[in-house]
Amino acid sequence: MEEISSLFQGFGVALQPYNLALMALGIVLGVIIGVLPGLGGANGVAILLPLTFSMPPTSAIIMLSCIYWGALFGGAITSILFNIPGEPWSVATTFDGYPMAQQGRAGEALTAAFTSSFVGALFAVIVITFLAPLVAKFALRFGPAEFFAVQFLTFASFVGMGRASPLKTIASMMLGFALAAVGLDIVTGQLRMTYGTTELLRGFEFLVAVIGLFGIGEILTTMEGGLSLKGVQARLQLNVVLQTWKKLAQFKLTAFRSCLIGCWLGITPGGATPASFMSYGVAKKMSKNGDRFGKGELEGVVAPETAAHAAGTSALLPMLTLGIPGSPTAAVLLGGLLIWGLQPGPLLFIEHKEFVWGLIASMYLGNVAGFIIVLTCVPLFAAILRIPFSIITPVIMVVCAIGAFTVNNAIFDVWLMVLFGVIGYVFNKLSYPLPPLVLALVLGDMAENSFRQSMLLSQGSLAIFWSNWLVGSVFGLGVIMLLWPLIGPLVHRASLLIRDRAA
Amino acid sequence: MYAILRYRHARIAGLLFGALALNAVGLASDALAQGWQPTKPITFIIPAGTGGGADQMARFIQGVVSKHNLSPQPLVVINKSGGAGAEGFLDVKQSSGDAHKIIITLSNLFTTPMATGVPFGWKDLTPVAMLSLDQFVLWVHSESPHKTAQEYLGAVKAGNDRQFKMAGTGSKQEDQIITVALERVIGGKKFTYVPFEGGGKVATQLVGKHVDSTVNNPIEAVAHWKAGTLRALCIFDAKRSTYTAKVTPNMAWSDIPTCKESGVNVEYQMLRGIFMPPGVNQAQVDYYVELLKKVMATEDWKSFMEQGAFNQTFMSGGQYRSWVESAENLHRDLMKEAGFLHKP
Repeated sequence: MEEISSLFQGFGVALQPYNLALMALGIVLGVIIGVLPGLGGANGVAILLPLTFSMPPTSAIIMLSCIYWGALFGGAITSILFNIPGEPWSVATTFDGYPMAQQGRAGEALTAAFTSSFVGALFAVIVITFLAPLVAKFALRFGPAEFFAVQFLTFASFVGMGRASPLKTIASMMLGFALAAVGLDIVTGQLRMTYGTTELLRGFEFLVAVIGLFGIGEILTTMEGGLSLKGVQARLQLNVVLQTWKKLAQFKLTAFRSCLIGCWLGITPGGATPASFMSYGVAKKMSKNGDRFGKGELEGVVAPETAAHAAGTSALLPMLTLGIPGSPTAAVLLGGLLIWGLQPGPLLFIEHKEFVWGLIASMYLGNVAGFIIVLTCVPLFAAILRIPFSIITPVIMVVCAIGAFTVNNAIFDVWLMVLFGVIGYVFNKLSYPLPPLVLALVLGDMAENSFRQSMLLSQGSLAIFWSNWLVGSVFGLGVIMLLWPLIGPLVHRASLLIRDRAA
Repeated sequence: MYAILRYRHARIAGLLFGALALNAVGLASDALAQGWQPTKPITFIIPAGTGGGADQMARFIQGVVSKHNLSPQPLVVINKSGGAGAEGFLDVKQSSGDAHKIIITLSNLFTTPMATGVPFGWKDLTPVAMLSLDQFVLWVHSESPHKTAQEYLGAVKAGNDRQFKMAGTGSKQEDQIITVALERVIGGKKFTYVPFEGGGKVATQLVGKHVDSTVNNPIEAVAHWKAGTLRALCIFDAKRSTYTAKVTPNMAWSDIPTCKESGVNVEYQMLRGIFMPPGVNQAQVDYYVELLKKVMATEDWKSFMEQGAFNQTFMSGGQYRSWVESAENLHRDLMKEAGFLHKP
């Protein structure tokens, strides 16, 4: 139980008044950063990083990681209230969170989102505390073929999700793949579909597209519907937190499954965004209310939020133990470690014990502190919806524009956001589903790279995808998921048949 | 819009650390003596993504400048990594006369225009100074049977074409250029070169035994070397490293033989240097040269250099210019021989 005693020493470090103050400051800044779309955890941490150079490393990482937790919490707020994901991993939260807000259940959705985030993050921290060395070795087993298998599984668990016609789903997904292909192709080092323009060199930034498709598109739709947000009539309930907690108890299994998905993808490092999508997809397939997903189902908020936070938190593990960042924010933190004179890697846990355990202790405390801060603000956040549409919309537009600009400091991206807004509106009107497009845009590039890297390694043989138990089982799971719409009813019918025979 | 971003940056800074935000007043007298000084925050462009070697160095410089109050105006770091860095270089090229903008370079200053045909080159920029040269080391897994570069490359030569796998950062960039140079040394036997997104990922692919070797920069692989999972075979420099402190229980950077010593005649180093937009005057260039000299005089910088086993070479003015020119010619030759030049 060496971990326990080290952890308590860590608590001692993190609980110093100076560090506690930095923790609270970090959380509040983080929530603000998370709410502003585009600013995001990575940018926020990058901007504040230089300010921490004069602090002791442990205090600095405590503050920066609290910004990270705050941003994770904050991302959910705008997704639920306005259908604008503040962070990429909040996209899946909009699918059910926003319909709930429209039905006047914003407080409930927010509480569910924050609680799930807390549970997911806590689960991941416990994993980090006790399994760090073991888990780090597991991450090393992931080569390109394993990565592709995971990405394939994410796509597969998402197929057949919506009620939209399969052809429209495929069309939407293909458009996403095409957009993801723009920019530099890492495998050949050639530019694709940039047509000699500077602006297209960096490809289509996922966040810019998402802010436009979801946020601006939604505003356009609402304007057409008579300039009013449907959530306005919502009554303010101060005890909404307790009431939601009672309902949440029934989703224990979903939450546990989402924790596992999240940790797995955070560690490997697949990232929080695929984790949230995969978890949503799996929950929809497994839930008995699966067909109601997308219309405002509480479980549809729990699944992606739990997984996103489990992934976001466990992403720090490969960063600390291997020096590979599991997320863009972790990448910026990694730079910080080097500047403070700490070399991330397998020996960090041995050479800089105080730092590592201080960080882990701050994960516990930061999460608890963040959870309390955001929960007490739920009625406040929900009340935002009572502001008249004509006042709040211009504010949202400005925040979206700043967000889109901030991603790359490019004014072109603001126009792109508007364009995506129009596309989002047209898609809504013609009932083309947006999620497949978004999923293809975020994962298309990664999946393509992993696939082609695998093909290089195997010299063109597809057998690499079942060359060992790990890649084989992940890939097999993907195939099952892909065929589930066909297999599911058969299994159901078979079980009925058996029961009938027995009777 | 830039103004808004800086405003916010300054605001957050001000809220957090009033004392630091006051550095606008610091050292003003020092700068006056030099004729030109910045009057607004300096944009520091990184033509690469967050977390990589150039990004780490740029953010480190930013941190040192603010920690020691070296500049009357802060540096604001911005990543413009699109198109293998082309986005950042084009931005600087188009900011003619803007003395409040600098860019850090890596080898993509040479390789990106050659491989993609995007129109820019170092002649479109104003050279300021070379900060250091980044090293490359040939790494294999510590469980590999090959103890020296000669043994390993002998095995590659004796094996089948494409049997040995080399992981590297990006395509048609420095790692692949070195790989092609190695192939020439062993008589044209090919590696399977597998490009990845960043140096950290490349190193873990080798630790996880998904590939046979890498040519990682020291800073990308040092953690695994220390932990005993990687073996350093040779360093692609003309001379051994000057850092003699032990990194692993029995090896220092200076104990790694040069590749030439081990019978593999390949040399390659990567520029870490600073450029400005075209059309700036000498006083403005001098300001940054002085600023960088102050950064390099700090203890922080020295320990950063040692951590990454950088070759500490400082150059500015005509010396730097002619170094860059010969480096460009070298890259053109290497890229041409490898067949990496862009065909329109």
